[in-house]
Amino acid sequence: MTRASVLLKLLAALMVSASALVVAQQPQPPQEPQQPPKQPTTVELPPLVGDAPGTQTRIAVPELLALSSDRETTEAARVVAQVLWDDLNFEREFYMIPRDTYKTIPAAPTLDMVPYERWRELGADGVVIGTVQKVATGVRVELRLYDVRARASVFGREYTGSAANPRLYAHYMSDDLHESQRRLRGVAKTKLTFSSDRNREAVVGTVEKRDVKEVYVTDYDGANPRRITINRALNVFPNWSPDGRSIVYTSYRTGVPDILISNIYAGTMEIPTKGSGQNWLPVFSPDGTKIAFTSSRDGNPELYVMNRDGSDTRRLTNNPEIDTTPTWSPNGNQIAFTSGRTGTPQIYVVGADGAGLRRISQESYADRPTWSPAPYNEIAFSARSGPGFDIKVLNIGTGETRQITFGEGTNESPAWSPNGRHLAFMSTRAGKSQIFTVDRDGRNIRQITRDGNNQTPNWSQ
Amino acid sequence: MRRNAKALMVLVLLLTIGVAACKDKAKPPVARPMPPPMVTNTGDPTRPPDPPRPVAEPVIVPPMPAEDTIGSKSIDDLNRDSPLRPLFFELDSSDVSTDGQQVLQANAAVLKKYPGMQITIEGHCDERGTAEYNLALGERRALSAKNYLVSLGIPADKVKTVSYGKEFPFDAGHDDNAWKNNRRAHFVITAK
Repeated sequence: MTRASVLLKLLAALMVSASALVVAQQPQPPQEPQQPPKQPTTVELPPLVGDAPGTQTRIAVPELLALSSDRETTEAARVVAQVLWDDLNFEREFYMIPRDTYKTIPAAPTLDMVPYERWRELGADGVVIGTVQKVATGVRVELRLYDVRARASVFGREYTGSAANPRLYAHYMSDDLHESQRRLRGVAKTKLTFSSDRNREAVVGTVEKRDVKEVYVTDYDGANPRRITINRALNVFPNWSPDGRSIVYTSYRTGVPDILISNIYAGTMEIPTKGSGQNWLPVFSPDGTKIAFTSSRDGNPELYVMNRDGSDTRRLTNNPEIDTTPTWSPNGNQIAFTSGRTGTPQIYVVGADGAGLRRISQESYADRPTWSPAPYNEIAFSARSGPGFDIKVLNIGTGETRQITFGEGTNESPAWSPNGRHLAFMSTRAGKSQIFTVDRDGRNIRQITRDGNNQTPNWSQ
Repeated sequence: MRRNAKALMVLVLLLTIGVAACKDKAKPPVARPMPPPMVTNTGDPTRPPDPPRPVAEPVIVPPMPAEDTIGSKSIDDLNRDSPLRPLFFELDSSDVSTDGQQVLQANAAVLKKYPGMQITIEGHCDERGTAEYNLALGERRALSAKNYLVSLGIPADKVKTVSYGKEFPFDAGHDDNAWKNNRRAHFVITAK
């Protein structure tokens, strides 16, 4: 525990005022993964609901009040409000009133002077009002959700930390608000990883001009891109560890595909296979202790499972055709994968012990199965549809398949968000290969990347 | 210094070939009016005179690679203009065709002639498959080519394989020709 956070806790103990205001643990700097904020309160208020039954609760997020006039603080006040609106809007749990419709409503000079009449006139059920203040450790952001009809705060949080990345405070508030109001696990603090040629470096040692691909990480909304690998080689198919501290991927660093683990906050690397054979498409098991992958070490692409440290490698499939692209079921006892054993690539499911094989797809070409998190029991995959691919989702319970994309470019490599409400995927609909996100019902398509070619996304927990 | 000497030798060789080519160019076949053929037929006066001989066109012979062309080139130069030909595949297939077998036999002959040569066979796919599945398909293509070479007597330890799936297309186009060109086993010389 850092000295700053001890200080913060002391400060926090003094700060609890309103019944609903609780103090969150300090968000650590953005480069560090965040611990879930502790909630040292037992106060339970009824969640904010809309005026009319069956309609979405309408929420407004006006600009935060900057309590200091320096540029950092005013910038944070502006950014936090906009990003919070975007984060809340992303989950579609509330109806977010467009921000330009309430620019004329004056900011509350203090938190107990909220112009409820004006917000009521706008049709808002709730309004998020907050302040940003410069403190010794950076900034303090206080945010409260007010019930416009009841004229009372129903939820509040205070965050203190660095002013370097004000977006993080909005992400915290969004996730905390979804959790408290809807018992929903939001994705505002999650991240995406993918492979990109954006740095435009050439592979060394070949006579052909070949661009390297490196692994990158961004926030779920595409902000804060960071490069993870510096191999000057192909680095593809990144996959998050469940704790979000490591990324396992396929690297051609030694000239052939092999599995590397980058511990992205520690800055260290692991090579679990110790260079045995060619290995690719690694995926962490849901508990993070095992890795499933494809290898040609026995002369043909087959599936294998090993412990994270490379010990206890077991072969899972045995077929003269291709077996590849594994994905774990949420409880880790089954693996879905792609096999060419009937002549075309199709999705199969097998027990993690290798027993109980069954085919589940009936497409002309299907690949990249990716198992949804509970409570949904679904597998998303890429299915050939004409010249390219589209994302489809198979409900394992009912056997029904629904389509998410409809032939705009090719659409491949789906990856679920940790709450199962969204998918990230690669699409060429905007020209080059780019990462997009889409909701599980096919709505709310957003372009995440724009620089270079970007592919094979994976969504952190 | 040795590199320079080698370079000089290559230069001399090239100049010689060049001069030879120039000589041929400098003396094109020229048609001259001929006097009427002299009657030399003494045996059979009824036999017609021989027809005029056709003007012979000199046959252009491509310069044969000198015996040490492969030995003297750098590995990068060899890979730029490789003595090993690529092997092409049908869509979603890693089977070696009859044409492909001939390519591999020719490649095997080169490998046998230069027993020090080590190669990596790269498996490539066209863009129509998925990135994930294509990595396995490319590996099978590379392995098919390797297994055939080994069946022709090439030691397995001289041949490595690697699959690039659809990551490094040779042809950036999006049509049948490009796809055909990109479904290949590509031979890279790594040592000689």
